[in-house]
Amino acid sequence: MSETPAPARARLSFDARMMRAGLLFAAGFLALFFVLPLATLLLRAFGTPEGGFAGLENFRIYATTPALLTAAWNSVWTAALTVVIVVPAAFAYAYALTRSRIPFKPFFRAVMLVPLLAPSLLPALALIYLFGNQGMLRELLFGHSVYGPIGIVMAQVFYCFPPAALILSVALSTADARLYEAAQALRAGHARIFLTVTLPVARYGLVSAAVVVFTLVVTDFGIPKVIGGQFPVLATDVYKQVVGQQNFNMGAVVGLVLLVPAVLAFVLDRWAARQRAATMSGRAVPLVPKPRAARDCPLLLLSSLMAGLLLGLIGVAAWGSLVRFWPYNLSLTLDNYDFGRFDTAGWGALWVSVRMAAATAVIGTAIIFVVAYVLERGPQQGRLAGMVRMAATAPLAVPGLVLGLAYIVFFNHPANPLGWLYGSMAILVLNSIVHFYTVGHLTAVTAIRQLDPEFESVGASLRVPQLITFGRVTVPMCLPAMLEIAIYLFVSAMTTVSAVIFLYGPDTKPASVAAVHMDEAGQASVASAMAVAILAVTSAAKLAQLALGAVLGRFTQAWRGGR
Amino acid sequence: MPPFGLAAAARLDGATRPGGAPYLRVQEVGKRFGAFVALERVNLDVAEGEFVTFLGPSGCGKTTLLRGIAGLDPPTSGRILQAGRDITRLPPAERDFGIVFQSYALFPNLTVAQNVAYGLRGPQWPKPRMRERVAELLSIVGLADQGAKYPAQLSGGQQQRVALARALANEPGLLLLDEPLSALDAIVRQHLRQEIRSLQQRLGVTTIMVTHDQEEAMGVSDRIVVMSGGRIEQIGTPAEIYARPASPFVAAFIGHSSRFEAVVDSPAGMIVAGGHRLAAEAARPLLFGTRVTAFIRPEHVRLDRPEAAPPGALPVRVTGIEFLGAVCRLALEAGPLRLLAAAAPDAFAALGAEPGAALAATLPAERVMVFPEDV
Repeated sequence: MSETPAPARARLSFDARMMRAGLLFAAGFLALFFVLPLATLLLRAFGTPEGGFAGLENFRIYATTPALLTAAWNSVWTAALTVVIVVPAAFAYAYALTRSRIPFKPFFRAVMLVPLLAPSLLPALALIYLFGNQGMLRELLFGHSVYGPIGIVMAQVFYCFPPAALILSVALSTADARLYEAAQALRAGHARIFLTVTLPVARYGLVSAAVVVFTLVVTDFGIPKVIGGQFPVLATDVYKQVVGQQNFNMGAVVGLVLLVPAVLAFVLDRWAARQRAATMSGRAVPLVPKPRAARDCPLLLLSSLMAGLLLGLIGVAAWGSLVRFWPYNLSLTLDNYDFGRFDTAGWGALWVSVRMAAATAVIGTAIIFVVAYVLERGPQQGRLAGMVRMAATAPLAVPGLVLGLAYIVFFNHPANPLGWLYGSMAILVLNSIVHFYTVGHLTAVTAIRQLDPEFESVGASLRVPQLITFGRVTVPMCLPAMLEIAIYLFVSAMTTVSAVIFLYGPDTKPASVAAVHMDEAGQASVASAMAVAILAVTSAAKLAQLALGAVLGRFTQAWRGGR
Repeated sequence: MPPFGLAAAARLDGATRPGGAPYLRVQEVGKRFGAFVALERVNLDVAEGEFVTFLGPSGCGKTTLLRGIAGLDPPTSGRILQAGRDITRLPPAERDFGIVFQSYALFPNLTVAQNVAYGLRGPQWPKPRMRERVAELLSIVGLADQGAKYPAQLSGGQQQRVALARALANEPGLLLLDEPLSALDAIVRQHLRQEIRSLQQRLGVTTIMVTHDQEEAMGVSDRIVVMSGGRIEQIGTPAEIYARPASPFVAAFIGHSSRFEAVVDSPAGMIVAGGHRLAAEAARPLLFGTRVTAFIRPEHVRLDRPEAAPPGALPVRVTGIEFLGAVCRLALEAGPLRLLAAAAPDAFAALGAEPGAALAATLPAERVMVFPEDV
C-alpha cells in the first residue's frame, strides 16, 4: 500500500455539505421573509409617497401632530396600568399553583391557559355585552363608558393573564427546598422567608412578565379596535394610516415607533432570562409545599375568583353569540352562526383560517426544527451562523402589525419578483410562520440541547450519514417538542389578527379578520359567534395535542422510563 | 473469536507489520481555539494492537488530541497518519475508528440490538448477517439476552458495554475511549476496566483511552502518555513513568511523592535541602550550585528509631498519621522539610510512631528524583 498524498485543504464531507445547505436555506428564508421586508419598511419611513427621499420629514410631521403623539402616550399608559394589575394577579395565581396545596391544581392550570386559545377581540366583545351601551352591568361603571381606556385595560388584563401567569409559574417552580430549610433553621417567619427567599428567586420572572405584558398591550390590535371607541392608540393608528388613508410612509413611521417599546422589552427580557439562568443551581432539591390553611385558603379563594372571571368572560361571549337580540330578547338561537347572511364568505372564512393555520403548523414546524438543528449541530463558528441565530430570535420583538405592514411594502413593491405572493394563501402562511417563529425556535433549541451532543459523532464514527441519524434519532426524540411547536403555531395562526389584516386577499380572508369586520359593521353578536367558533377549533386542536401526547408517551414509555 | 482474529491477521498482512511503521502516527499536531493553545506540537506513535492511555488533569488537551485523531475537531496544524494514510483532514465518516464517549451517547429510542446494529448498514450487511453479528457482539460483552431492551432499562455498566459493542461492530482498526468509565461507581469501574483490557487483548484492536484517573491508566495500559498544558510530558510504560518520571510534573502527578527544593553540592551526587546534606544519584551529572526540585516517594522513605539511625539519616518528628488500611501514611518534619512516609501499620507500630515521636529517616540515594529548575 503506498502512501496517499495529503489532501491540500479540508474536504467538505457529504454531511458538512448538507449542513452548509441547511444553513444557507435558513439564511435565505429569514432574509427573504423577515429581514428584507423590515428593511423595506424602514426605508419607507424615510421616503415620500412618490418614492423620493424625505429624510426625517415624516418623523418631523409625526412629532408635530398632536393626535399621533396622544396615541403613543395612550398606548404607554394603558399598557403600564395593565402591567400593574396583571402582574400581581398572575403572581398570586402562579404562587397558588406552585407553592401551595390548593386542590384542583390541574383544573386551575388548564383555565389559566384558556384565554390563549381565543382571539384577543373575544374578551373585548364579552366586555361590551356586560358594560357596553346595552350592557347588563353598565351601572357598575358609574356613568363611564367602557369604550375607551377602561374597556381596553379590562380586556387586556384578560388577554395578558396567561403569558404572565405562565412565566411566573415557571419562575416560581424552580425553588431550592434547602434555601427554605436554611431560612427556617435560622427562625425566619413566613413573611421574612417570602421577602428574602421567594421574591428574589422570582424577581427576573417578574421583570419578564412585566415586559411581556407591556409589549403585548402596546402591540395588540384586536382589543382597541373593538372596544377602543374614539380612544386612539398606536396599533389602531397604524391601521388607520394604512388602510384608512393609504399613507404608507406615515404608517411606516408609526410602525417604527411601535417597534421601539417592543425591541426595548425584548432586550430587557433576554437580559432577565440570562440573569435567571445564572441564579439556578443544577443541584437544587425541589420544594414540596406543606399544607398550611392560613396560606392555602385565601389563595384558593383568589384562584377561584380569577378562574371564574376568565371562564365567565368566555361564557358571556359564548352566551352573547347564542341569544337573539342582546339584551332585550335573551331567547337562544343559532342565527348568529349563519355567517353567510352577514359575510359572503360565510363559514368559508373559518375554513380559510383552518387551512392557513394547518399549513403554518406543518410547514412552520418543519422549517423551524430543521433550522434549529442546523444552528445547534452544524458548524458553530462563522458569521453566517451567528447572523441566522440572531434573525431567528428577533421576530419575537416585531409586533404583528409592523410585520404585516413590512410585508405589504415589500411584496407589493412593483419591482419585487415575488409580488404574485401578495393576497395569496402562501403569504398568510409565510407571515404567520415568521410572526410566531421565535417561540417555536426556542422550544426546538431546548429540545435539541437535551440530546447527547455526541449522537452525531457516534453516527459519523460508524459511517452513518448525519441525515440518517437525524431521521432515526433526533426527530423521534424531539417529537413531543415538535407537536408542541405545531400546536402553538396552529393556535397562534388561528387567533391572530394584527399581521394578516393587511395581507389577506378576496378569497383568503381569515376568520379572525372576518370577526373584526363584522364588529365594524355593527354585528357584535355575529363577531362573537365567529370568535367562539375560532375558540372551538383551537380548543379541539389543544385537546388533540393532549391526546396525541398521551399516545406518544405510552408508545415511547419503554425508552424514556427508568430501569 | 474468529472474525476478529481474521481481521487482526488481515491488518498484520497490510502496511503495518509489528516492528515496521507504527499503526498511528501523530506528527507535530497543534490545536488552537482562538488565542488559546489547546495542543502544542504533539508527536506520538502507536503500534498495532497497542493499548495507549492519555493521562492528565482536566484541560491538559488529552480529549482534544483524541477528538483530533477521531476527526471530530481536526487539528489546526500537523499531520495524523493511520495505517500509512494521511487522515488529518478527513471527516470522521471517512476514517476507520470506533469511539465510546463518557456519556456513551446510546440512542435512547433504539433498542440495544438496534444500537449495536446502527453502523451495520449497506449492501455488505444483509439482514441475516447483521443479526448474526449483533448477537455475536452482544455475547462478547455478556449481554446476549438484553438485545430487546432499551438503554434506559440497563444499568450504567451494561450501557457502557453496549456502547463498546456498538463501537466495535464495524471491526474498526482503532478504538477510541473517551473517559469510558468515569460515569460509573468505583467497584463497577475496576471490574469493567479489566474487562475492556482483556477484550482489547483478545481482539488485538489498537486502542487509545483518555482518562484523568491514574490508577485506571496504570492498570490497563501498555503505554501511558502523560499530558499537561497541551503538551506531552512523558510517554512510557506504567512502570517507567512511575519509577523514572521525565519531569517534575510527572513526578508529582503520578503516585504520591514529597517535593522539596534543593541545591547541588559537592562532591558529585550530593544535594543540600533545608540545611540537610542528602545523597542523590540523579544529581551526579549536575553542576555544583544548580537549583533543583527533588521528589521522594513515601514508600521509599526508610524509618528507624533515633538510637538505631544509620549514617546520613535525617532526624525527623512525626506530625500526623493517616491510617489507610493496608498502609499507614506518616507526615514527617525535618526542620523546614516536609516528608511523607508509607509502610504497613505494623511496621510503624513497632517503631513507636505516634504524633510528636522522634525518628530517623533515610532517603535512599538511588530513589531521590532530581530535576534542575528551569532557568
